[in-house]
Amino acid sequence: MSGLYRISGKGRLTPAKTVAFTFDGKSYEGLEGDTLASALLANGVVLTARSFKYHRPRGTMTEGSEEPNSLIGVRRDTARQQPNVRATMQEIYDGFNAVSQNRWPSLAFDIGAVNSILSPLFVAGFYYKTFMWPRVAWEKIYEPNIRAAAGLGLSPTEQDPDHYANKFAYADVVIIGGGPAGISAALTAAKQGVSVIICDENAEFGGALLYETDVQIDGKSGYDWTQDALAQLGAMDNVTILPRTTAFGYYAQNMIGLCERITDHIAVPEADSPRERLWQIRAKKVIIAQGAIERHLVFANNDRPGIMMASAARSYLNKYGVAVGSKIGVYTACDSAYAAAFDLKEAGVDIPIIVDSRSDVDPALLERARELGLNVQTGHSVIDTTGKLRISGIKVAKNGQTANTKYDVDALLISGGWTPSLHLYSQSRAKPSWDGDVKRFLPENPVQDQVSVGACNGTNDLTELLSEAQDAALNAAKSIGVKKLKKVSAPKEVVTSYGHEGDHIGSSHGAGADDQVKAFVDFQHDVVANDIRLAVREGMRSIEHVKRFTTTGMATDQGKTSNLHGLAIAADGLGKEIPQVGLTTFRSPFTPVSFGTIVNHGAGDLFDPVRRTPMHNWAVEQGAVFEDVGQWKRGWYFPQAGEDMHASVNRECKTVRESAGVFDASTLGKIEVVGPDAAKFLDIIYTNAWSTLKVGRCRYGIMTHEDGFIFDDGVVGRLAEDRFHVTTTTGGAANVLNHMEDYLQTEFPELDVWLTSISEQWGVIGVQGPKARDIIAPLVEDIDLSTENMPHMSVREGRICGVPTRLFRMSFTGEMGYEINVPADYAESVLEAVWAEAQKHNACAYGTEAMHVLRAEKGYIIVGQETDGSITPHDAGLSWAVSKKKTDFVGIRGLMRDDLVAEGRKQLVGLKTKDPKVVLEEGAQIVADPNQPIPMKMLGHVTSSYWSENCGHSIALAIVEGGRSKMGETLYVPMIDRTIEVEVVDTVFVDKDGGRLNG
Amino acid sequence: MLYIRCPYCEEYRPELEFRHAGEAHIERPSNLAEISADDMEKFLFIRENKRGIIFERWRHIHGCGRYFNCVRDTVTDQIIMTYKSGEPKPSDEEIEKAILALKEEQTS
Repeated sequence: MSGLYRISGKGRLTPAKTVAFTFDGKSYEGLEGDTLASALLANGVVLTARSFKYHRPRGTMTEGSEEPNSLIGVRRDTARQQPNVRATMQEIYDGFNAVSQNRWPSLAFDIGAVNSILSPLFVAGFYYKTFMWPRVAWEKIYEPNIRAAAGLGLSPTEQDPDHYANKFAYADVVIIGGGPAGISAALTAAKQGVSVIICDENAEFGGALLYETDVQIDGKSGYDWTQDALAQLGAMDNVTILPRTTAFGYYAQNMIGLCERITDHIAVPEADSPRERLWQIRAKKVIIAQGAIERHLVFANNDRPGIMMASAARSYLNKYGVAVGSKIGVYTACDSAYAAAFDLKEAGVDIPIIVDSRSDVDPALLERARELGLNVQTGHSVIDTTGKLRISGIKVAKNGQTANTKYDVDALLISGGWTPSLHLYSQSRAKPSWDGDVKRFLPENPVQDQVSVGACNGTNDLTELLSEAQDAALNAAKSIGVKKLKKVSAPKEVVTSYGHEGDHIGSSHGAGADDQVKAFVDFQHDVVANDIRLAVREGMRSIEHVKRFTTTGMATDQGKTSNLHGLAIAADGLGKEIPQVGLTTFRSPFTPVSFGTIVNHGAGDLFDPVRRTPMHNWAVEQGAVFEDVGQWKRGWYFPQAGEDMHASVNRECKTVRESAGVFDASTLGKIEVVGPDAAKFLDIIYTNAWSTLKVGRCRYGIMTHEDGFIFDDGVVGRLAEDRFHVTTTTGGAANVLNHMEDYLQTEFPELDVWLTSISEQWGVIGVQGPKARDIIAPLVEDIDLSTENMPHMSVREGRICGVPTRLFRMSFTGEMGYEINVPADYAESVLEAVWAEAQKHNACAYGTEAMHVLRAEKGYIIVGQETDGSITPHDAGLSWAVSKKKTDFVGIRGLMRDDLVAEGRKQLVGLKTKDPKVVLEEGAQIVADPNQPIPMKMLGHVTSSYWSENCGHSIALAIVEGGRSKMGETLYVPMIDRTIEVEVVDTVFVDKDGGRLNG
Repeated sequence: MLYIRCPYCEEYRPELEFRHAGEAHIERPSNLAEISADDMEKFLFIRENKRGIIFERWRHIHGCGRYFNCVRDTVTDQIIMTYKSGEPKPSDEEIEKAILALKEEQTS
């Protein structure tokens, strides 16, 4: 027997199919199809958790995703450990292993329960009030201790070994919820030929029909009707049925996020199966059939293990064959709880009392209760409960009185009525409307292409619900464009024995403002009715404030069972009507979604693309150490045996100036600008003039935005009258093209120009240094490399190693140099040939670090290092690159702005430390007087700083207020342990007259 | 994720294919170099950023690459209409009509 509380002949599980599982290290037997909650109840295990704040003993209260108490940790293996799983949603399998949370040393004896004794200290707003003084204690004492005590469950410590999938889908109709309303809508819509996706968060479709055994539809039980309908749906090609799939988010324009749990219920999942799948579905029409959630009642000590929703108990009996106790009391304000009591009684369970807070109860129910020999007390309330680790008794009093009778029970079923689930409706940004008669909010004003049907729309009567769902599906098909709607007949005969009338919101008798009792509103965050009253007394006026002050509804269950109670108690305290106080907005996700699902494929190697240049292998062979530059892997430095980075970079820098160096410059952004108006267009985009550039020549150009600040730079070569080869910074390539397209398409559409990204089409081999020409000369065909024919800043088209090339003579090192552009597929083989020649001249391979040093020695800026979005070309000492003749370019007016032409702007200068060995820190601040009081006036900061082996001293670039007028002055760089003296110098440290460029 | 109709491709595509490009209908003066500081301020900095119906630009960057304009309600995030660059700003009546058409589609 799989548990003492399993009743033979009840439920739909197969008694022979047993599975072994453990909870907190103890072994139990359950049945295939059990959830952890049902299997534990079957074994008489009612205590499943400790509460968050007071560590009170708690048990399962529900049979669904709204469960506030039974959060457990599932441990498949050392890496697969999921905290905060709802025991009510987790199916067990053979070997399943779970542990309870938030307790130490054990669930039955939990030290943290001392919080419950100290509870007068832990009132709402406790954290806001208590830890105010002394201030210094916050960081050292309060916060670390609060953090240690806070949180639910333990995060896994190992990397998640599972993988997760992602699917984008389009559907005509998406139906959320697989109860009778959802199924009816799906059948109707599917028959119209539209594509349908229907999902349900549970393992089984059917919703309430799975346990409302009194229902008959056209002579079939509700369960059989469901199975027939599913078989029909399953046979249709246009229908996708997704069980164990939670619609967790409703986003703009009918975008629905689903989380499909694929393997969590399987003992040995297939090795290549994803654990979960994220569905992102764009729906033409969404039909929400989320159902309703049963509320508890707010009375003293209403949280003892064994107290649960009446519908949950009925579900455990009729689905799983489990009686949730042997002596079960009922406390209700709603008709539906009677059905649970009757079913249990008929199954042979003792029901000592049904307490109904209403005086006026449907006589048919009372009659049936009499037939079954049940004791019903109407107009009464449960005013308190007893028991320690499980409820042992209830005290029942007539409404308005305190004299009470005690009844012994080991379980108590409660029902405060049904709350339509508006979660996804609210997520879609629609506002609920208040139905005062039945005290509920309804989804009456959708703002997206959406309709709610069934219990979530307040429709509880099954006949009405089924036809409402059919109508909604027919309307959906019509609005999608189905011309001839096929007739779908409504069920002829729907029989239900029990309704869902009756409700109570707010606190019950015995838990009023004057009663000093713990009557829980929000179980997951341990919020009691008096916490909410306190919040109101302390001045919280809006429910948004009450919510944040008390944290009611802010736990992982988003107050699915508690929101209306909290609202009603707050409204009562404020003396306002409920709609005036308002319902808080529900947010995605409906229930917690694992990070794995959200990230899905975007983990590990697929987290971010890696870009490698066509010459990457060459750099690997040369022993390069790589650095990440955006998504690119770039050779940082090329150490030889025994060299550290410093030694390697020093050698590379020296070798380039003495002989030559070979550099992979392929990551440079490259854009081909073609067309009769190409020069005119570049005149607009750059601050310099391009119309005057002769074919075969290059020019360094600067781009600003309209604000006048530098945004990108690069060398542009003119290949023909109507063809330019533009280079951009590595990181700026995409933005520059976007910027160019913007101006071309929207501001100057009359210009006849085409822009093409060619960054990845051309590999670029830099050869820099006095021997550069000697290195490439043997390889280059049909280009005269002499300085007379091909001076500095020129470009030629020809061939190298038999491959077409765009050969630039240009320099980012201050040395004579070339950048050999070749088609990317040939880049590596051309480089091998160049490298073979280079080695004959003792040239080196150099990386980005040496490149940085070499350019800094020449005072060449790097956009994003010397500039930060607030530097103009004038600030950077590049006034020569700003045309004075042009009447328009992007930034022309920006550069005239008062602040941009004012005196005292920060300007680019060089810095030399007084002690030549000291290398400044990049980002360090610069001051005029190091002895001035703090806060000091900061004149600027160091933008680039390196040891220069070529100069024999450190070099730095900096932007300094009025820098160019401070040449030769001494400034100071205060550091944490010392102050460094620096001299303001010119930005060029090597070859000031530029003679080497023309070499 | 928004669902955006590219007026050039004449197709609805997911937001992933697009890049936002700021407020629409800010005209770059042809005599930019000569405008006053006040006009420059308006051109460069002043944006409506209002609650409700706004005009904005998008680029179908992972599609046709074209920039286009869009009318969106920032309260509901509903895209009311999209149209090609250079086309005139839709009038209030045109926007009203488009909203009504959307509503009809929803309630039909």
